[in-house]
Amino acid sequence: MALLGYLVFLAFPFFWLISTAFKPARELGSLHPTWIPRHPTLDNFRQAFDEQPLLRAGFNSLVAAVSAALIAVVVATPMAYVMARRRGRLATAATGWVVVSQAFPFVLLIIPLFLVLKSLHLINSVAGLVMVYVVWSLPFALWMLVGYVRAVPLELEEAAAVDGAGRLRTLVSVTAPLLAPGIVATGLFAFITAWNEFFFALVLLKTPEKQTLPVVLTHFLGAEGAADLGPLAAAAFLATLPSLAVFAVIQRRITSGMLAGAVKS
Amino acid sequence: MTSVTATARTGRRSGGRSGKPPDHGAWFLVLPALIPILVLSVGPLLYGIALAFTDSQAGRTAPTQWTGLLNFRDLLHDTLFWESFRIGLLWAVGVTVPQFLLALGLALLLDQNLRFRWLARALAIIPWAMPEVVVGIMWRLVYNPDAGILNETIGDLGLGDGRGWLTGLGTALPAVIVVGVWAGLPQTTVALLAGLQNTPHELHEAAAIDGAGAWRRFRTVTWPALRPVALAITALNFIWNFNSFALVYVLTNGGPGGKTRLPMLFAYEEAFRYGQFGYAAAMGCVMVAVISVFLAFHLVARLGGGEDT
Repeated sequence: MALLGYLVFLAFPFFWLISTAFKPARELGSLHPTWIPRHPTLDNFRQAFDEQPLLRAGFNSLVAAVSAALIAVVVATPMAYVMARRRGRLATAATGWVVVSQAFPFVLLIIPLFLVLKSLHLINSVAGLVMVYVVWSLPFALWMLVGYVRAVPLELEEAAAVDGAGRLRTLVSVTAPLLAPGIVATGLFAFITAWNEFFFALVLLKTPEKQTLPVVLTHFLGAEGAADLGPLAAAAFLATLPSLAVFAVIQRRITSGMLAGAVKS
Repeated sequence: MTSVTATARTGRRSGGRSGKPPDHGAWFLVLPALIPILVLSVGPLLYGIALAFTDSQAGRTAPTQWTGLLNFRDLLHDTLFWESFRIGLLWAVGVTVPQFLLALGLALLLDQNLRFRWLARALAIIPWAMPEVVVGIMWRLVYNPDAGILNETIGDLGLGDGRGWLTGLGTALPAVIVVGVWAGLPQTTVALLAGLQNTPHELHEAAAIDGAGAWRRFRTVTWPALRPVALAITALNFIWNFNSFALVYVLTNGGPGGKTRLPMLFAYEEAFRYGQFGYAAAMGCVMVAVISVFLAFHLVARLGGGEDT
C-alpha cells in the first residue's frame, strides 16, 4: 500500500505531462481538466515545431552530447586504469579531486570559464560547450570506470604478461574487451548528463541557432508563465525521450557502477 | 617524478609482478585527462577565487584592479544576498531531509518486496533521467492554477479552491521544495538500496528469533550497516541541492518577490545580468566556505560513528 503511494507520487507528474501534450487547445482551456484527453491530438507537437527551432536545437544537443561523451570516455579510461591499478600519490590526488569537484558551486567555475572561452572566441559555440561538458562529466566517469577496472581480475593481466604479452598488448586484447560494457555504460551516462545540462548552455550559448534543447525549451515559458501549455508539454516530452531511452538501457549498469566505485574505494 | 616512481613501484609490489616499471607509460595514460582537468577545472577555479578579490566586470575597458576584501565587505552588508542565502539553506535542508526519509522508506519497502522491484525501478528511471528543465516544466503544468491537475484534484476532494502555488508568497518555497524532493528521490533510493543489500541478513534473522521487533531490528542491525552510505548520500544531496539552479530557474525564476531566489540564481543574475564578475565570484567563495564547514561537521560525525562500532 505504501509502495503504491510512492509509485503514484513518482509517476503522476509524468503522466500529466503526457496527457497535456496530447490535449487539444479547447480541453486545455477547460476549467475542469481531465486526466485523460477526451480527443487526443498531435496539434501541440506540430505547433511546438512551428514556434521554436526544435530540430535545430535537438541537433545541437545531439552533437554536444555525443562529442562530449566520446571524448570523456577516451580521455577518462586510461586515467581510470592508472587510478585503479596503482596506489600512488597521483591516484590519491585524482580521487580527491573527484570528490572535491562535487562541491564546486558552478558560479565560481562558470565566470572564469566564460572569460577564458571568450578570449579563445569559443563563446556561443558548441565546441566550447563540449569542452566544458567533458571536464564536467569526468569526475563521475572516472568514478564509474575505476570501479569497472577493479572488477577486472589482475590475475588475468598477469597471466598475459607471463605468456609474454607486452603492456600494450595486454591492455588491448585482455583488459579492453572485459572493460567494454563498463566503458559503454559510462559513455552513455556522460551522454545523458550533457543532453540534460542547462546552466552552462544557458550562459555560454547566446543565439537561438546555437542553443541546445533545454535552453530552447525555456523560451516556451515566456513572461510570467503565460506559456502555451500544449506545445510546451509536447516539446518537453520529446526532449525527454532520448535520455529516457538511453537510461533504460544502462540503468542496471549505472546502479552497479555506483556500487562498484563506492564499495571498493 | 622520483617520488611517483617510488610509489608506483610499491604499488606494483603488491601486485606481485616484476620487470621494467612503465612509469612514463603511466604519465602518458594520465595526461589526456589531466590536461583538460587542469586547464578547464582546477585553473578556472583558482582564477575564480582570485576574481573575488578584484573589481572585474563584463565588457569593461579599464583594466581590472585588485580591490582586496572590498567585495566581501560589501557582501557582509548585502541584505538581499543573506536573504537569498537563508532561502538557500532552507531549501537545501528542506529538500535533503524529506528526500532522505522518503528514500529510506522506499528502499526498505523495495528491499522486502522483491516482486515489485522491477516496477519501482522502472518508475525511478523517470525523475533521474529527465532533464531538470523538463522536470520544472512538468511541475509547472501540475501546479498551474487553471489547467493544473493539483487544483482540480483539491477541488474534487472538496478541500476548497485551488491557488497559484508557485506565485503565492507563502506557498512558492514549499511548492518548489516538493519538486526538489521528487527529483532527487530515485538517486537517493538506489544508493540506500545498495547499502541495504550489504546488511548482514543472518544477523537480521537472529535478532528476529531473539524476539526483537521491527524497529529494534532496524536500529541495532540495519542502521549501523547503512550509516556510512546514508551519511555519504545526504552529504552529496545537501551539496547538490544547495548548488541547484535549473529547477528553480524554470519553476519560478526566483519569484515571487525573491521568495525562492536561491544563492545560485542570485549569483547568476549578478554575474550575467549585471556583469559584476568580481562580486559574483565572491558570492561563490562564500558558498564554498559554507559547504566546506558543513562537510567538516559531517566528516566529524562520520568519524564519531566509526568509533562507536
